Amino acid sequence: MITLLNTSLDRFSDTFLLAQMNLDFSRIMPSLGFILGGIVVTLQFTFLSAILGFFWGTILALFKISKFKPLYWFGMAYTSIFRGTPLLVTLSLFYFATPQLTGYDISGFQAGVITFSLNSGAYVSEVIRAGILAVDRGQQEAALSLGVRYKPMMLDIILPQAIKNILPALVNESIALLKDSTLVSTIGAQDLLRRAQIVGAEKYVYFEPLLIVAVIYYVMVMVLTLAANYLEFQLRKSG
Amino acid sequence: MMQPQEQATPPAIQVDRLYKSFGSLKVLREITTEIYKGEVVAVIGPSGCGKSTFLRCLNLLEMPTSGKIYINGEEITNPNTDAMRIRQNVGMVFQHFHLFPHMTVLNNIAYAPMKVKKVAKEEAREQARDLLGKVGLGEKADTYPSRLSGGQKQRVAIARALAMNPDVMLFDEPTSALDPEMVKEVLEVMKAVSDTGMTMAVVTHEMGFAREVADRIFFLDGGKIAEDAPPSEFFTAPKSDRAKQFLEKML
Ligand SMILES: Nc1ncnc2c1ncn2[C@@H]1O[C@H](COP(=O)(O)OP(=O)(O)OP(=O)(O)O)[C@@H](O)[C@H]1O
Ligand SMILES: [Mg+2]
Repeated sequence: MITLLNTSLDRFSDTFLLAQMNLDFSRIMPSLGFILGGIVVTLQFTFLSAILGFFWGTILALFKISKFKPLYWFGMAYTSIFRGTPLLVTLSLFYFATPQLTGYDISGFQAGVITFSLNSGAYVSEVIRAGILAVDRGQQEAALSLGVRYKPMMLDIILPQAIKNILPALVNESIALLKDSTLVSTIGAQDLLRRAQIVGAEKYVYFEPLLIVAVIYYVMVMVLTLAANYLEFQLRKSG
Repeated sequence: MMQPQEQATPPAIQVDRLYKSFGSLKVLREITTEIYKGEVVAVIGPSGCGKSTFLRCLNLLEMPTSGKIYINGEEITNPNTDAMRIRQNVGMVFQHFHLFPHMTVLNNIAYAPMKVKKVAKEEAREQARDLLGKVGLGEKADTYPSRLSGGQKQRVAIARALAMNPDVMLFDEPTSALDPEMVKEVLEVMKAVSDTGMTMAVVTHEMGFAREVADRIFFLDGGKIAEDAPPSEFFTAPKSDRAKQFLEKML
């Protein structure tokens, strides 16, 4: 597939010589494996952050619908802070402050997963809260009238219905996470983008490796988008 | 109605000067009554007079503003009482069914006994099947609620409440959301439940059912039980003008 891409891009550059782009993929060919290895890092990073962010977001959502005011205020303040700060700032903060404050030499990957989970939790909690509030109040009353306690009621009755309704929104959140994951390249995690930059710097060819990772990101985002559309279609069908 | 030896056992439901307000809106103003074991009480009255509120106070879905409620002699309005434990004993059937849409019919019924009473899975499912048979839906066990008609949904909801083996069953307009042709099947199931000796409080607009099945009629008006009489008396000789007007509209 890559060779196909290579030849078609060569042909592309042949026919558009006007643009004076002499794309030469042969020089970075030996490093292709290294770049592609970044896919694993990027995906690991995205899925870890998405899953941790989902659980944290669920807890925050429960805080925000809680009648216990301190929990409510914590949830609201937390969301406000994370939504109101640029991700790159929180990311750098965690990466540089952790060793200074705790003495623990945190890796870029770890700092990234922590920051992204905490940040994604703030966004996802809003989605989940809306999902919970959209579940008919009668469901809660039916559960209460049967003597079902808060925790099983939430886990078995309310959340499954809430999450079914917001599944497409959750997939969209993971798409945003996947794209934002490129930020970890700034703190040394060897994700796709970072690897492309490393190879570029070594070989003095910047355009080609970046073009390759751009295509890879696009394909990954498209796969997730199609999955989201398919989910939405299935959910609509099941009513 | 009340045999002498029953006086020793406490009423199934006892309500003592119950008040309930929503903000400045006083919905219930001093309700005092007793409902005995095995009695069926039909609660009727004009729209918005507080029938649902009254019923919902009986299982603490609404917290009374003041007054006391006893179920089988235990005060449930005591702040130290565990509302969840009380509710296990007081089944409720809602106008809009509120079945759990993501569970099969069988799981709808078996869920609470398993989760709340820790009944073993097989036993709970066996009992659920049994109850489904009793409400005439034995073949619908593995269906999802969205596939059922309104009448079938309500019968499942009744089975779901019965699965907890409650001492008291509350029905809040159980047939009001149904197409006319489905009302009968639900009323028949309710009559069968009353025949088992269940204590029931039923908010209803079905005067035929109230007349036939209820032992007593509560006519709610002005936040009070304005009339409390056997159906034979209430329907033929209502005491108040309000009740007369109400009956004229209903019949
Ligand atoms: N949670 C609530 N908050 C504020 N007001 C309420 C609430 N629940 C009920 N009410 C008000 O209390 C009054 C009595 O309501 P309730 O539902 O008990 O009447 P109802 O007799 O059951 O009427 P219907 O026949 O329409 O069901 C109404 O005016 C209603 O608007
Ligand atoms: Mg009502």
